[in-house]
Amino acid sequence: MFARSRFVARRAIKFGSGSRTLSTTLPRRADITLTVDGKEVTVPQGTALIQACEAAGATVPRFCYHDRLAIAGNCRMCLVEVERSPKPVASCAMPAMPGSKVFTNTPLVHKAREGVMEFLLANHPLDCAICDQGGECDLQDQSMRYGSDRTRFHEITGKRAVENKDLGPIVKTSMNRCIQCTRCVRFANDVAGVEDLGTTGRGNDLQIGMYVEKVMDSEMSGNIIDLCPVGALTSKPYAFQARPWELKKTESIDVLDAVGSNIRIDSRGVQVMRIQPKINDEVNEEWINDKTRYAYDGLKYQRLTTPLVREGDRFVPATWEHALETIRHGLINSGAKGDEIKAVAGHLADTESLTTLKDLFNKLGSENLTLDQPFGDSPPATGVDLRSNYLFNTGIENIEEADAVLLIGTNPRHEAAIINTRFRKSFLRRGANFGLIGETFPSTFELEHLGQSAKDAETFFSKPGNGTFAKIWKEAKKPLIIVGSAVMETKDGAAVLKAVSKHVLANQARFLNQEWNGFSILQRAASRAAAYDLGFTPSTTSSSVKPKFIYLLNADEFDPTTIPSSSFVVYQGHHGDLGAQYADVCLPGSAYTEKSTTWINTEGRAQLGRTAVPPPGASREDWKILRALSEVLNQPLPYDDVLALRDRMWDISPTLVRYDSREIPSVELTKLGLQVLSENKTSQASGEKFKKPIEDFYRTDPISRASVTMAACSKAFTKGDYVPADVDEGATAQASYA
Amino acid sequence: MSLARSALSAIQRPLYGAGRRTFTSSSSRRSESLFVHRDTDYNNPSIPFTFTPDNLKRAKEIISRYPPQYKKAAVMPILDLGQRQNKGWTSISVMNAVAELLEMPRMRVYEVATFYTMYNREPVAENFLQLCTTTPCQLGGCGSSKILHTIQDHLKISPGQTTKDGKFTLIEVECLGACSNAPMMQIGDDFYEDLTPETTIKLLDALATGEKPKPGPQTGRKTSENAAGLTALTSKPLGPGEMCVPEFA
Repeated sequence: MFARSRFVARRAIKFGSGSRTLSTTLPRRADITLTVDGKEVTVPQGTALIQACEAAGATVPRFCYHDRLAIAGNCRMCLVEVERSPKPVASCAMPAMPGSKVFTNTPLVHKAREGVMEFLLANHPLDCAICDQGGECDLQDQSMRYGSDRTRFHEITGKRAVENKDLGPIVKTSMNRCIQCTRCVRFANDVAGVEDLGTTGRGNDLQIGMYVEKVMDSEMSGNIIDLCPVGALTSKPYAFQARPWELKKTESIDVLDAVGSNIRIDSRGVQVMRIQPKINDEVNEEWINDKTRYAYDGLKYQRLTTPLVREGDRFVPATWEHALETIRHGLINSGAKGDEIKAVAGHLADTESLTTLKDLFNKLGSENLTLDQPFGDSPPATGVDLRSNYLFNTGIENIEEADAVLLIGTNPRHEAAIINTRFRKSFLRRGANFGLIGETFPSTFELEHLGQSAKDAETFFSKPGNGTFAKIWKEAKKPLIIVGSAVMETKDGAAVLKAVSKHVLANQARFLNQEWNGFSILQRAASRAAAYDLGFTPSTTSSSVKPKFIYLLNADEFDPTTIPSSSFVVYQGHHGDLGAQYADVCLPGSAYTEKSTTWINTEGRAQLGRTAVPPPGASREDWKILRALSEVLNQPLPYDDVLALRDRMWDISPTLVRYDSREIPSVELTKLGLQVLSENKTSQASGEKFKKPIEDFYRTDPISRASVTMAACSKAFTKGDYVPADVDEGATAQASYA
Repeated sequence: MSLARSALSAIQRPLYGAGRRTFTSSSSRRSESLFVHRDTDYNNPSIPFTFTPDNLKRAKEIISRYPPQYKKAAVMPILDLGQRQNKGWTSISVMNAVAELLEMPRMRVYEVATFYTMYNREPVAENFLQLCTTTPCQLGGCGSSKILHTIQDHLKISPGQTTKDGKFTLIEVECLGACSNAPMMQIGDDFYEDLTPETTIKLLDALATGEKPKPGPQTGRKTSENAAGLTALTSKPLGPGEMCVPEFA
């Protein structure tokens, strides 16, 4: 039934988006035509010349230029020849002009590049052999291609020596290698929003740093490692671990928050060596946060590698047969019937295993399918009948268009760091305004604090007052309300949703139209949207039942008092974290790098993760464990392979298997959903303050809690307790060989 | 062959001494000044600095010259104001105070203060001697090298140092734009020009006793007129009414 309504919703939007109104068209710049290497190319006016050259298929080398950063024009590597220009021009800082003739492959250009390269190398140490960037170094590659074949460097004064900076537990610096492209400075200031990085000194003494000694306190700091075209900024956890050509690259999806950042897992043998961003303009652009990037070492520690059965007060390794038989006996002996059989789905449960678990438990007669969150025992305040009630309807790539954003009970910096960078972008480029109802946090954009509780939210909508933000809010053309997932985990969830939905419906012309949906819920757990899509939610009556048999699927955040000591507990997951402690039987599942499964992000976008490394020891893919269990419990499920399982998922909701596309609910259905929320009668807003759900960004799930790097980050950034090394040990060994 | 071998052994000898293998490495060229901040007892962020009410009024006036959304454009004059209040040098506290006043990230102020050489990031004495040693001053008059040696011998300091009594700091600077009166030196805000070793010592002695010698050329020359006497416009200029027909007289 639900599936069908979703299907209709998708169709509706398809027809709806066909009629484009005038106001939807972006201000279109006039196209201009120019000639690059004798080839005509047409680009929009205002395009940088370097992009026009790229469009014509001519490769232009560059160091400082980066599509997603401001233009600096200081490396001079992108020099090209333009007809009737007396000198070669820096193509990144030059707008393409109509009718101009550009040459990227003439003797003058070759000579210019060679000269620039020589200057860059004059002060660059020749330490490629011991440099972690080796093999993926822009300077290395480009000097091979464009540089001179011999050196003329005979200066007795020697090469420039710059001391290394200690930026914290993530970024390792080797500042002698720096070519002052300032990509990292522009990233830190414009994208990450920590305005601490800059250039000090001038001329030959110019250096990158923070002037004073401090750590780079940003949850996005790892990206400057990718941006650095040389080996000046490298990764501390990955230092001297591997060379890029040894690594197998697997494109997958991150699951440590609900954004679903696209990642590339670099593995060697059975080990994940590092995680890098994969470009996806609709989700994470080119960035990933530090937890996504560095929690991977948690995959090596605290793993469950073999089934464990509790005997007295200790766990004994067991075979799969024994473990599954023990569960069968446990279920029978507990005498659990119907809703006494309880399932708890954690943050890292994949869609396939959620489907299997739901099907299995429904077969066993239970509707007690709960989520691993406060108030997870009762049906969610958003309901699950209409997708638009629990998804980030606006879409991650569209939030930059919002001119006024109201955040309710959420800290996007920690709950969705990628979305936060988009806010920073719209704040800087478009001057978007932000308001917050909830606990304050050190934000990367200016925001007006409007209140603390559900009551304050109600007040803001009924009597906005005369604050700056309230005035802007009234006028805003594309207003956006973002309700954090933590709000739904309080008793005020329904009241907040009621107030919000009433406000949105009252102003629906501005909030809901063909090109704008200003009502979004920000989930923070990777499995949550999928669980709602599947209807993995408890029935209204089930929470009153005392469970006798509890199945914890990747559940590690629950309150231990919710588990009666008399109950039989099964934990399925990949880490020996909280859940395993309470288990009678532990079944070793696989982590997100070890299975090929579907993930639904907070927008409702289905994405397919891929297997990079095999699961360790006897652990198996999660849905297969549940399928095997169904056999032992004598309730075999009707799918034997993952394709059949995905057919079943299609039956539940086609959106679950339409990969990489976002199924947008239609305006009519969104209104219908809001109607349902606004008609809630029982809800009463209290004055209780909203709390941030994430206290420590670096330790939110079993993987990051097991990670050594994340522990160091937590110590350095969350606790502010980082002792900079006097001289980093490695530095003396790899100093300025030339 | 033997030459090559001896050269090789010359390289190898220090290697055994050092106990580890090094490659031949070029010497590292270090910067003349430090472009990072290190906390010291005289320069650290916990030393308070606030603008005096008088200077704050001046700062407001400076800020008002720029459009309100570009308040940070006032960073250079305000840094100068802070430097003047802070005995001629820009401490980290001064930079932080400027950043706070102009509502800009501290790093943006640090960038400006480290870029321009006239913001002194180390303490300077009350008599801050900035001797120009750029080519015109090196060649003009008796030459700046002579003046440099005179100062060094007289005060027993080399460029970059402060005398023991804390009265003089000497640095070499690049062209200050008074090439016609070479050699020259800036002391505090004033130019002292047409220096000779004798006048330089006289200047330093006067400054040591707390006097303030007259700025400008030290030879009695008027500004940058021809030192050998005027060759044109030597007669008295005509006043109003002179050389006119009677009606206009």
